[in-house]
Amino acid sequence: MPAVQVMRSVQVMRSEWTKVRTVASTVWTLSVAAVVTVALGMLISYLSRRDFASMSAEEQLTFDPTFISFAGTSLGQLAMIVFGVLVVSNEYSTGMIRTSLAAVPQRGTFLFGKIAVAAGLSLAVGMVTSFAAFFLGQAVLGPYRAHIGDPGVLRAVFGGGLYMTLIAVFSMGVAAMLRGPLLSLGILMPFFFLISNILGNVSATKKVGRYLPDQAGNRILRVSPLLDPTPYGPWGGLGIMVLWVLAALAGGFLLLKRRDA
Amino acid sequence: MIEAVGLTKRYGAKTAVDDLSFRVRPGTVTGFLGPNGSGKSTTMRMILGLDRPTAGHVTIGGYPYRKLPNAPRQVGALLDAKAVHGGRSARNHLLCLAQLSGIPERRVDEVLGVVGLKDVARKRSKGFSLGMGQRLGIAAALLGDPQVLLFDEPVNGLDPEGILWVRNLMKLLASEGRTVFVSSHLMSEMALTAEHLIVIGRGRLLADMSVKDFISHNSADFARVRVPAIEPQQREKLTAALTGAGGQVLPEAGGSLRVTGLSLPRISDLAHEADVRLWELSPHQASLEEAYMRMTQGVVDYRSTADRRSGLQEPLPPGMQPLPVVPPAGQGQPGWYAPPPPQRGGTPFAMPRPADDGYGQDGGGRAGRTGPAGYGAQGSVAPQAYGVQAPGAGRLEPSAAAPPAPPASAPPAGAPAHDTTERDSEDRR
Repeated sequence: MPAVQVMRSVQVMRSEWTKVRTVASTVWTLSVAAVVTVALGMLISYLSRRDFASMSAEEQLTFDPTFISFAGTSLGQLAMIVFGVLVVSNEYSTGMIRTSLAAVPQRGTFLFGKIAVAAGLSLAVGMVTSFAAFFLGQAVLGPYRAHIGDPGVLRAVFGGGLYMTLIAVFSMGVAAMLRGPLLSLGILMPFFFLISNILGNVSATKKVGRYLPDQAGNRILRVSPLLDPTPYGPWGGLGIMVLWVLAALAGGFLLLKRRDA
Repeated sequence: MIEAVGLTKRYGAKTAVDDLSFRVRPGTVTGFLGPNGSGKSTTMRMILGLDRPTAGHVTIGGYPYRKLPNAPRQVGALLDAKAVHGGRSARNHLLCLAQLSGIPERRVDEVLGVVGLKDVARKRSKGFSLGMGQRLGIAAALLGDPQVLLFDEPVNGLDPEGILWVRNLMKLLASEGRTVFVSSHLMSEMALTAEHLIVIGRGRLLADMSVKDFISHNSADFARVRVPAIEPQQREKLTAALTGAGGQVLPEAGGSLRVTGLSLPRISDLAHEADVRLWELSPHQASLEEAYMRMTQGVVDYRSTADRRSGLQEPLPPGMQPLPVVPPAGQGQPGWYAPPPPQRGGTPFAMPRPADDGYGQDGGGRAGRTGPAGYGAQGSVAPQAYGVQAPGAGRLEPSAAAPPAPPASAPPAGAPAHDTTERDSEDRR
């Protein structure tokens, strides 16, 4: 990469960092993501601990304390989606995109600089959230808890942070394609909250549904093997999710490049 | 230098910009005029490489914008004053843009001073008035100290003082050898600001000439003649006499006559011979606004129709006559010629007129933007329209506090101007 190009990228990232830290929505969405993930994880952990004795033998055998403490992810990820969508679509809803692209005519540099900064921030928040959710969840689980040193547990906790980040970046790619915040959120929220869960768990659609980004990425949060094993492992699942993210980013980039701003 | 060659933009079946070719030269303010929807903004976006032309091309200094080395330091633009995140402070907004272009942070505070927003620099731009938004947009355009500046409707929403400030700023920037391209739909504003005009309508080039040429080509002299209102037959008599002598007579709303093709002394003689008393005989020049409206008359996209209020009218009580409807002279009316004279309906001679331009100043401040006041004062600022307190007491004054205070005799708008020069030369050092 030529030196000018590097300088340009650094400038974009500095500017994007200023952008992201000077709007209230960043703090709101990311803190909601963290708080909801951790708190809901603790609540489910508490309920699981209380009901453990009344579970069937099979349920007790497949009991996955790590995964239980990540139960809040399903809701917390929605706030990450909002963050990812707003980071990109704010440019369009305010009209800033024109000023930005006039300043950086290299649209790829602009888009990927922006996404790099937002992804970095998501990763930091995601990791902290994931570790907090694990340790606090395990503390609540008490006698049934897992330890960070147990096989596969550290991988799952790290994976939790990566999963949150990838969800946010996927949303950024989708928002870059759709531009408007309402349309992006209107598609992403119901998809990840309902549709994907239905498709991934109803037996008729399961075979296809489990290749959806969140269903596949989810796999990394599980430590004990599932009753119904997936054709991919934890990292394989995350890999599938990465492919989805790359596709969304490529789509966003191509559209941004071609389209009139 | 901005150069467009055969620039065309189509959106589906609609052609927004149609084979537009023009040059914008450095060192002068070039006005870009056209009615709403005539393709001004689309052209501006194509200049900035935001929209891709369907055909033709536009270059800045010989480069298409996207290939321009270090574009944000060479070109500054105000496209849309509302294009800011309302939750971000003015200073942070400019900081984002500065960092994006590799401009040092202290320049942000400089431009905030130049546009007079220093006091609200840390306030969220959500609470800004339209005028403050425009100032913020202008600050963003000035950030990179660029040689080429584009402003899309920069005076929208500004108060008279702000308009004067923008006007002087444009002229100052041009006098420093920069290329200044300003769009507007107000001819009156451009006549005072620009030296060169590019007029478009429905995306096509209508005129590309200096303001001086535009005036001499498009404005016609005429005389306004008024006879005592109580004697309508006198008016007919005079009309016949003037027409007989080869003049063209056009009745105006309000009872006066607009006479062309006869000199003032001749009109006076003819009136005397016809034994008609005159209450008014005054020389006038058709304003640029009229010339502009004539030029763009056929290419206005959004035309208003008369409001008939048919659904709102109550049936009149028996025996009452409906009020006579006097159609206002205006666009789209049969026999439309020009905007109604300001005297219409008012007392014709009660208004003291400071200048010999003959136009009353209805509504003081508004006149600068929409009213015709000041057309006559070509090139010079009509001071009576903008008499802002004492010199040096303007709102922009705080910005000049940093450098040693200019002499008290400096005009208010001179203060920020002085500021820019000083700051800019600092930058170069």
